[in-house]
Amino acid sequence: MGAPYDRGLIEDFGRFRYFSAGMWAWVLHKVTGWVLIGYLFAHIAVLSTAIPAASDPEAIAAGTDLYTRTIQGLEGIFLVRVLEVGLLAAAVFHMTNGIRLLLVDLGIGLEREAEGFYVSVAVTAVITVLSIPVFLPPEVVPW
Amino acid sequence: MSDSDADRTIRPETSGLNSEDPEEPESDVTESTGETVTLRIFRYDPEVESKQDAGFDTFRIPTHEGMTILDALIEARDEQDPSLTFRHSCRQGVCGSDALFINGSQRLGCKTQVSELKEPIQIEPLPHHPVVKDLVVDMDSFYERMRAVEPYFDPDDPPPDELTERYQSRENREDVKLSTRCIWCGACTSSCTIASNEDVYLGPAAINKGYRFYADEREGEDRAEERLEILQEHDGVWRCQTQFSCTNVCPQDIPLTEHIQQIKRDATKADLRFW
Ligand code: HEM
Ligand code: SF4
Ligand code: FES
Repeated sequence: MGAPYDRGLIEDFGRFRYFSAGMWAWVLHKVTGWVLIGYLFAHIAVLSTAIPAASDPEAIAAGTDLYTRTIQGLEGIFLVRVLEVGLLAAAVFHMTNGIRLLLVDLGIGLEREAEGFYVSVAVTAVITVLSIPVFLPPEVVPW
Repeated sequence: MSDSDADRTIRPETSGLNSEDPEEPESDVTESTGETVTLRIFRYDPEVESKQDAGFDTFRIPTHEGMTILDALIEARDEQDPSLTFRHSCRQGVCGSDALFINGSQRLGCKTQVSELKEPIQIEPLPHHPVVKDLVVDMDSFYERMRAVEPYFDPDDPPPDELTERYQSRENREDVKLSTRCIWCGACTSSCTIASNEDVYLGPAAINKGYRFYADEREGEDRAEERLEILQEHDGVWRCQTQFSCTNVCPQDIPLTEHIQQIKRDATKADLRFW
């Protein structure tokens, strides 16, 4: 017998075309979980600008302190606003699918886990769309 | 006499046709429909120079009603290329030797209808196993994992005497019923990305096998505790991330994820201490 042929990992890329609901839920839960962690650090960094800002009450009253300027600067960037919509989508999906996973851990409705994933996606889509007018400037909201 | 006997006699008279009538078409399920199906089959043979580079060969196979992938493979081998190599035995979903990767998912060749699949039908060896030749893979790592859970009935106490049967309650039989169906085909373990990337994870089939004996009350409590220990060791149930791929592909419809989750919950409860 010749040497067995090991196909390696390369062949696995592209398999996503065949993913089931459970696989998509798994991938998206991981991605959104780590996106939320990433946001958490960015969030802490931005909020930390309030510490040096606190020593200057006059600037705070005038609205020119470091913290206020940082927040306003960020919110003035269009891309940041779009990312906020994405962040909300990630958080909502992670939360709804997280509830699905908790039910799976409890052994409830395992035969309907795929439907659970579709519901998570639908809820995420609805809430994300409804949030657009909140995050984006009125002139770009399509309705 | 019985109802079924009566049923058997009505055929020719009520149909108004003589069963000997030469005009009546023979009912032969293997009759060709005149159509063909296109298969793309993975080829690799370390002993033949032209096949050392793995690739795909295309086959056009005449189909008939009820044709399975295994039928098509046999046809391809017998009529077109005798070097085409694959495993099969029972042809009826019992032996578990022809789990293949067909159009992107793990299925038994003999339990998959050609007519259900989109063409060209792509047939590959079971992923995450070394390929020996064409569609034949080395299943050693799968069997090793199965052995790791000590897959045999092993009661705390021997029966009182050799001739005593060990009865199981109906309820307990229901608990283990589905888990006993496993035919060791390896489809589930091949479909699991966690089992595939780390050879150490027991994988769904082995955990299901462990569950089958863990849940069997006839073994006794001590053995059940040991089984739980084996199943929740570092490379056991806690590696499962509920992708559900195993449950989706199992040709025996065993609720694998459910059994794994059950072990996780029992293991957690067994380890809980209130003090
Ligand atoms: C809103 C309520 C939330 C729920 C219901 C929830 C639920 C869950 C569940 C059940 C898991 C385990 C998934 C598994 O079984 O494999 C998980 C994983 C995770 N969650 Fe959450 N979560 C929530 C919020 C968050 C937040 C706010 C963050 C980040 C700051 C976060 C970050 C993560 C990460 C990083 C993982 C691990 C992903 C991985 O498997 O690599 N989650 N979550
Ligand atoms: S559990 Fe199902 S898929 Fe897995 S080896 Fe047994 S029969 Fe095959
Ligand atoms: S040939 Fe036995 S299971 Fe398919």
